[in-house]
Amino acid sequence: MKNQSYRNVNENPCNMCMPMGGILPFKGIERSMVIIHGSQGCSTYMRRHIAEHFNEPIDVASSSLNEKGTIYGGEKNLKQGLDNLIKLYNPGMIGILTTCLAETIGEDIDRIAAEYKAERGLDRLPLITVPTPGYGGAHSEGYWLAVKRIIASVAEKTRLHSRVNVIVPNISPADIREIKRILQLMKVDYTLCPDFSDTLDRPFVKPYVKIPEGGTRIEDIAAMPGAPVTIQMGVTVDEGMSPGKYLEEEFGVPLVNVPIPMGVRATDAFLDTLRHLTGRERPDILEAERGRLLDCMIDSHKYNFQGRSVIFGDPEIVYAVASTCMENGIYPVVAATGSKGAKFSEAIKKILAGCPDETDILNEADFTGIREKSRQRGANIAIGHSDGKFLTEREGIPLVRIGFPIHDRVGGQRLLSVGYTGTGMFLDRVTNTLLERKHSNYRAAMYEKYYTGTA
Amino acid sequence: MKAAEPAGIIVEERSDFIRTKGRQKQQLKCDADSIAGCVSQRACVYCGARVVLNPVTDAIHLVHGPIGCSSYTWDIRGSLSSSADLYRFSFSTDLKEHDVIFGGEKKLARAIDELVQKYPSKLVFVYSTCIVGVIGDDLEAVCKAAAQRHGIEVIPVQSSGFIGNKSAGYRAACDALLRLLRPPEGKGLAKTRSINYLGDFNLAGEVWIIKNYLKEMGVEVNVAFTGDSNYTSLKKAARASLNIVQCAGSMYYLAEKMEELYGIPHMNISFLGLEDTSASLRKIAAAFGDAAIMSKTEELIARETARVKDAIQWYRRKMEGKKAAIYVGGGFKAISLIKQFREIGIDVVMIGTQTGRQEEYDTITDLVDDGTVILDDANPSELEKFMTEKGAHLLVGGVKERPLAYKLGMAFIDHNHDRKHPLSGFVGAVNFAGEVYSTLCSPVWNYI
Repeated sequence: MKNQSYRNVNENPCNMCMPMGGILPFKGIERSMVIIHGSQGCSTYMRRHIAEHFNEPIDVASSSLNEKGTIYGGEKNLKQGLDNLIKLYNPGMIGILTTCLAETIGEDIDRIAAEYKAERGLDRLPLITVPTPGYGGAHSEGYWLAVKRIIASVAEKTRLHSRVNVIVPNISPADIREIKRILQLMKVDYTLCPDFSDTLDRPFVKPYVKIPEGGTRIEDIAAMPGAPVTIQMGVTVDEGMSPGKYLEEEFGVPLVNVPIPMGVRATDAFLDTLRHLTGRERPDILEAERGRLLDCMIDSHKYNFQGRSVIFGDPEIVYAVASTCMENGIYPVVAATGSKGAKFSEAIKKILAGCPDETDILNEADFTGIREKSRQRGANIAIGHSDGKFLTEREGIPLVRIGFPIHDRVGGQRLLSVGYTGTGMFLDRVTNTLLERKHSNYRAAMYEKYYTGTA
Repeated sequence: MKAAEPAGIIVEERSDFIRTKGRQKQQLKCDADSIAGCVSQRACVYCGARVVLNPVTDAIHLVHGPIGCSSYTWDIRGSLSSSADLYRFSFSTDLKEHDVIFGGEKKLARAIDELVQKYPSKLVFVYSTCIVGVIGDDLEAVCKAAAQRHGIEVIPVQSSGFIGNKSAGYRAACDALLRLLRPPEGKGLAKTRSINYLGDFNLAGEVWIIKNYLKEMGVEVNVAFTGDSNYTSLKKAARASLNIVQCAGSMYYLAEKMEELYGIPHMNISFLGLEDTSASLRKIAAAFGDAAIMSKTEELIARETARVKDAIQWYRRKMEGKKAAIYVGGGFKAISLIKQFREIGIDVVMIGTQTGRQEEYDTITDLVDDGTVILDDANPSELEKFMTEKGAHLLVGGVKERPLAYKLGMAFIDHNHDRKHPLSGFVGAVNFAGEVYSTLCSPVWNYI
């Protein structure tokens, strides 16, 4: 296993920027809106990217900094922006995210936000500041930091209750719905944060409302310190950005970090955690789903064993997919993330113990690097987000889409990959991609190899 | 907790940017900074510059800045190439905190060195982003030194996001192009009887479609800006004897500069819709004042019109009386769309642009019916309000507007840069009508 070193130029990025990731958790909080403090383009690009993945309107405001604001400070712009945002949307919470520009010119958004609240007499409106300079990290880091800041700003010391905190990474709305279903089947009361299962995958209903219904309720977030435990799907998250760690250190809520429940082991681990908590065994319905997943794995094992996978994307997703691939013999030959992820490398090395092939683990990867390694190691299936399309186009490696963003196919928001059932669906997508590849070329390959002898 | 949302509200500062034809005398306000917090649909300076330059196929497109700017613009446009495909790569200096504190000049120089060695090219565009303008990197000096080191052209694009809106980015791109096409000292190019085609980015092969028409007429296209262009073809731009300008928003500045510097006259044309396509081809033919060209042009128009007439009529009968809303980037496209909708029997009830100019809004106002809402730099709330109030059946827009239309239960036309089918010329007019039909007359609307 090897790690990559410093470079001067990123060729075809495998990650997006920090404020982009910071928007997403706010979309999973009830009646919440975001304003990006920076120039107009940042919010527009991010809206476009998120809208294409979820096929949902993504309204995000900007303080629209111009030259004057950049030179003399953007306070006036930000305050005016907040005024207009409130007028237009009447939100229950506003996230204020910075950009490269705001951070570089030294904008003190904490002071501006506090002043604004006092000036306008808006004591009860949570304004959550998140410092997210684009050069500060990838979108994954922006996501976790925003979740942490939301919780840190709203959480209050509260009496103990029985609702478990469940903190999820940037997975699909369908995945969040599945996790909620499992929690309900296990009869666990919970506060899931951030919950964009409805807000970023909303049913078609009339009339249209600008802020979609759903999302984690602010009063539930406020009560998170009274939970018996925090279950956080964040084994790759740095402690400084870990919302669960924050709740543990500040309020003494025990933290259990688990991987995204994908694959047999990780789903078992998630359910074991719930079993320890409730004393309840897995209900029959989940037992049957587990059995079906095992059946699926056996049915497909020989096809899957042909797979040599290149996996890329958000650290948490790469970890979960790599783990699932290891269980099924789709051995990873490249595991890459655009994030820095010190914990990612450590965690993924453990998962890959026992992998018969050598695996390149790439931090802060770009797609030119991922392509080179995939070619060298003979990868034959790619698993990750849409930006991996060049692996197919240029290297002939088919891509199974998972993660964020998926902008060249529909249904990113509906992709189900977690739990026993979701894992089975994910595996079928992978296996069928391998089969399609085999069926489309084996006749010609055999003919050339054995009949003409030209291969 | 369930708080009411303000419905259909218009922020006061925005009221000058919205007009209803026939109701208000005062001219619409445009070409101004976006108002903070209004959720403008506009992009930034860098975006404008990148849109215009990215179709240059054999250039290294290097973004000097943090990763996001490069990430969000990587290969998201449908510009096609007949040869090189380096433009489909997105390079970034991926500035980190350390670089922001100590400056990014050295990293940029090393990045250019690495790229030029790995991807041999005669041309590098280095795009400036927001923080480059603030941390004070001397882009000009780094590019000049790199150009000398490698014996190629390394052109800085002054596209820091905060210096204006998308229009400022168009201008920055045009400035970069002007530097590229400047002939060496004392080596003026001999004029040829050919034209440059400005403001077509060869989405789904649109430049090729128009070039074929012009070729049949006997008119040679010298180079298109910038669809399917490359270093060599752009270098010869100054030898053309006429510039035709389609996307005027992005290119009128370049056209004016080329007239001033190289004496190349320019004329606005549009190949969107049958009416504009025919009129534009005639206008070009007339500019040559050549009887042979004019007669070939008439032949082409007659033949192509006859070929598509029945299809257009068929669509017209299916869609007559429907109402359209338009929200697009520039004024040129908006104007053409009004006429194009008219050809298929559809009235425009709301129309706006992100960066339209005053004279374009004047033309729009002349063209539309009384009662049509015209708006500049609109936001989702305004789009929702006016489309609903005016009873629009479909919206034409970009990626961000699409889900809004769908959530409102409205048909939608993708008139953006990542589309995969041509909307130019005679064939484009049929494609357009077909797309309108596919979204207006889909059975899915029966179920909502």
